[in-house]
Amino acid sequence: MSTLTEAPPPLTPAAPEQKPPRIRGRWTPYWLLLPGILWLVVFFAAPMVYQASTSVQTGSLEEGYKVTWHFATYWDAVSEYWPQFLRSVAYAASATVLCLLLGYPLAYLIAFRAGRWRNLIMILVIAPFFTSFLIRTLAWKTILADGGPVVGALNTLHVLDVTSWLGWTSGDRVLATPLAVVCGLTYNFLPFMILPLYTSLERIDGRLHEAAGDLYAKPSTVFRKVTFPLSMPGVVSGTLLTFIPATGDYVNASLLGSADTGMIGNVIQSQFLRVLDYPTAAALSFVLMAAILAMVTFYIRKSGTEDLV
Amino acid sequence: MTTNTTKNQKAATDGGGDVRLAGIGKTYGSFTAVHPLDLTVPEGSFFALLGASGCGKTTTLRMIAGLEEPSSGTVHLGDQDVTALPPYKRPVNTVFQSYALFPHLDIYENVAFGLRRRGIKSVKKQVGEMLDLVQLGEQARKKPHQLSGGQQQRVAVARALINHPKVLLLDEPLGALDLKLRRQMQLELKRIQTEVGITFVHVTHDQEEAMTMADQVAVMNAGRVEQLGAPADLYENPRTTFVANFLGTSNLIEAEVDTRGGEDVVVKAAGDKLVLPGARCSAPAKAGGKVLVGVRPEKISLTHADDAGSIPEGRNRITGTISNTSFIGVSTQYVVDCAACPEFEVYAQNIDRDPRLAPGAEVVLHWNPAHTFGLDAAQDIDAGVAEGEAA
Amino acid sequence: MAFVTSFKNWFKRNLVVIAGLLTLAYLLLPNVIVTVFSFNKPNGRFNYEWQQFSTDAWKDPCGVAGLCGSLSLSLQIALWATLGATALGTAIAFALVRYRFRARGAINSLIFLPMAMPEVVMAASLLTLFLNMGAQLGFWTILIAHIMFCLSFVVTAVKARVMSMDPRLEQAAQDLYAGPFQTFVRVTLPIAAPGIAAGALLAFALSFDDFIITNFNAGSTVTFPMFVWGSAQRGTPVQINVIGTAMFVIAVLFVLASMVIGNRRNRRKA
Repeated sequence: MSTLTEAPPPLTPAAPEQKPPRIRGRWTPYWLLLPGILWLVVFFAAPMVYQASTSVQTGSLEEGYKVTWHFATYWDAVSEYWPQFLRSVAYAASATVLCLLLGYPLAYLIAFRAGRWRNLIMILVIAPFFTSFLIRTLAWKTILADGGPVVGALNTLHVLDVTSWLGWTSGDRVLATPLAVVCGLTYNFLPFMILPLYTSLERIDGRLHEAAGDLYAKPSTVFRKVTFPLSMPGVVSGTLLTFIPATGDYVNASLLGSADTGMIGNVIQSQFLRVLDYPTAAALSFVLMAAILAMVTFYIRKSGTEDLV
Repeated sequence: MTTNTTKNQKAATDGGGDVRLAGIGKTYGSFTAVHPLDLTVPEGSFFALLGASGCGKTTTLRMIAGLEEPSSGTVHLGDQDVTALPPYKRPVNTVFQSYALFPHLDIYENVAFGLRRRGIKSVKKQVGEMLDLVQLGEQARKKPHQLSGGQQQRVAVARALINHPKVLLLDEPLGALDLKLRRQMQLELKRIQTEVGITFVHVTHDQEEAMTMADQVAVMNAGRVEQLGAPADLYENPRTTFVANFLGTSNLIEAEVDTRGGEDVVVKAAGDKLVLPGARCSAPAKAGGKVLVGVRPEKISLTHADDAGSIPEGRNRITGTISNTSFIGVSTQYVVDCAACPEFEVYAQNIDRDPRLAPGAEVVLHWNPAHTFGLDAAQDIDAGVAEGEAA
Repeated sequence: MAFVTSFKNWFKRNLVVIAGLLTLAYLLLPNVIVTVFSFNKPNGRFNYEWQQFSTDAWKDPCGVAGLCGSLSLSLQIALWATLGATALGTAIAFALVRYRFRARGAINSLIFLPMAMPEVVMAASLLTLFLNMGAQLGFWTILIAHIMFCLSFVVTAVKARVMSMDPRLEQAAQDLYAGPFQTFVRVTLPIAAPGIAAGALLAFALSFDDFIITNFNAGSTVTFPMFVWGSAQRGTPVQINVIGTAMFVIAVLFVLASMVIGNRRNRRKA
């Protein structure tokens, strides 16, 4: 009889039937979706179509534009501005790698080592968001000023000799060089790397580290074999959140760079707002969009985290 | 507790308060969760729906609550057909699995929720009384997450009971509690049910819980009610192998009917002759037909083969070898290898322990023929074994 | 020697902490500069080099023509954009989590794409639309654009919260005599509130700080980020740093206050 009364409690209670509550009115979801989706269709999707059509128009501001299927605009735009395209990708990629290298230790620190300081550090990561990013970017002009302490130190350590030789800086200057632009991009998009990294690191059960250590893994091996693989979703979404906006950015190149560091965003901006050559600007924007979508798709496939989106 | 008595009487004068399910069934696409079933829960009873997870018991409960629309059949509460009523219009309340207490409201407001929704303005007295009934008067202004599991469970009961439902539905109400607390809450729920006299329908996968608390138990398996009855009746007279194995443990032996004379059926199993009362044989017992003979492990006595002579006449006996023993404290469990059944289980109370009863010993198993039951041999002999262990 | 070894060990163990703190310093350095230079008294039009301490700018934050006007415009736009995006986004999030409907995949990508699109592309394409429609660029075009790009972020934030909600809570409310509307108002909405608040806060920050999309679609209207952009070409008044510092301090105080209140509430409960 005793076994009857000593049945252990179940480890997992019977699976509940998780279903949405019964909903009356099958049109309700469509009413909920309608306003927001309409907004996105009219002001996000439709403009893309308009832009595509603008890119194959010819004409002038005075006489108006007509769709003439003038695909040569694409050829002309790309052959003229390919250096800016390449620069955009190169700068954005460098900034993304730097963000990952700088952001990972901080995200790791917040997730595992911060203890009671965790919330405070989190606030300090997010708080700069509340100061306009333009003001903060301008502050880099002061930090990297010619003859300032940062440049002075780099000069003394002969770092600038190396970077000048690599073409990242020129002479005694950091401002108005590719290094300054990449530095600004890294700075501006660093929180977008840290937050997703933190989110995926924080989900890792701390006991996994202990288990790996218990199974003869050195700390560095624990990181390579356990922590880093488990943080991959954060790495992938962090790199995307950094790379995509960095590629299209023109603020850092304008404020911290020079005419020689122009990115594709600068070109699109000036074609649209100053030169008023709408077909060329639309073609460039369309090419940028296609290029980024292609790169992102390829990247997501490669990293095997398609469920990310 | 005078208020409860009056309420009890009031409920009784409302006219038939039985829950009647007629041909009620539920299918999801091609999957049948509940086969059309008829079930009547008498007013004021404590009724348990018992089964392993996925057997359709929770779906049945949710159809009574109105949270699930039946694919067929009707639900009646007394004389009222409530099949088409949404949950918020049914005089039925539910204690949800893991309680579903509103995390943004304190205990008081959780309990008052149903009254307020029905437009009752002065809820203070009722909520106070209800919190006293479940002994949580002190905790009224706390939030649910500040309470222990047992306290949360009592809030869930109070929140439902305050509405004086015709039927209280409990969906695995004790599943999240640890063993000791579960015992306590079983008694507590039973006490509350006796005090308020409301019909309780209790869904559980824990056979012990169902047997301790309920007046009536319906054992469900694969969307069907296997057997319905009072707990002791189900335990002593299982009519299917599933019930025999799911409720406690049964030793089932494949046997052939030898003779059927008078009140008793005589069967042959691997050379041994066994007797069982004809009234307890749910299988058609024709001479030469197959039948499963069952006996509960605690009904059996174990005697060393050397003392076989001392066994009284008229008992069913089987010989075998002990293959395993485990000492549980109040009892010892033996597994005996017999020709008829390679893993015959025997539970013996530890009154006088015979040191010779160790693995390898030759033994005679014997029991009163009246404790034997017979089942239809066309069934799976192991049905319900795995489910019973999981629960 | 023992000291050196133990220092080396300490360094190895705390390497990640040191690296993390250096990154934090990199993140915060510009804010320090902004704050320090809000007390500067520059020679000439640009506030990039330290000259001498002064509180002039703090005494007269609106002393530069157009600065406070642009700030108030940005606040207004951020407020309306937050309201609009939160209302539309919350509705979408509920529909996505709670209902089954056709074209789910298409709708999901339509919500995801604005977040995966460089701002300059959205900015340029929206401008072509407005130009084609002959719309007057200004307050309304900015607001439309801001609601558009904040929407997806609100949907994501609210969706996460609604998805983690136990559906049994709503069933419990229905079981306790709350009709569909009562259930939504008394149970669903209060429980989803933190997610909605997070989405709204994010929308406000994104809208207030947006430059690229605004720059394309503002016409001659000047928001605060556009004012800063313009002054970077013409001359940066110290008042910009004052506003930036004040915003930073207010944000930190706001967060700290909410944390202290939250902590106290938790302690009282425990």
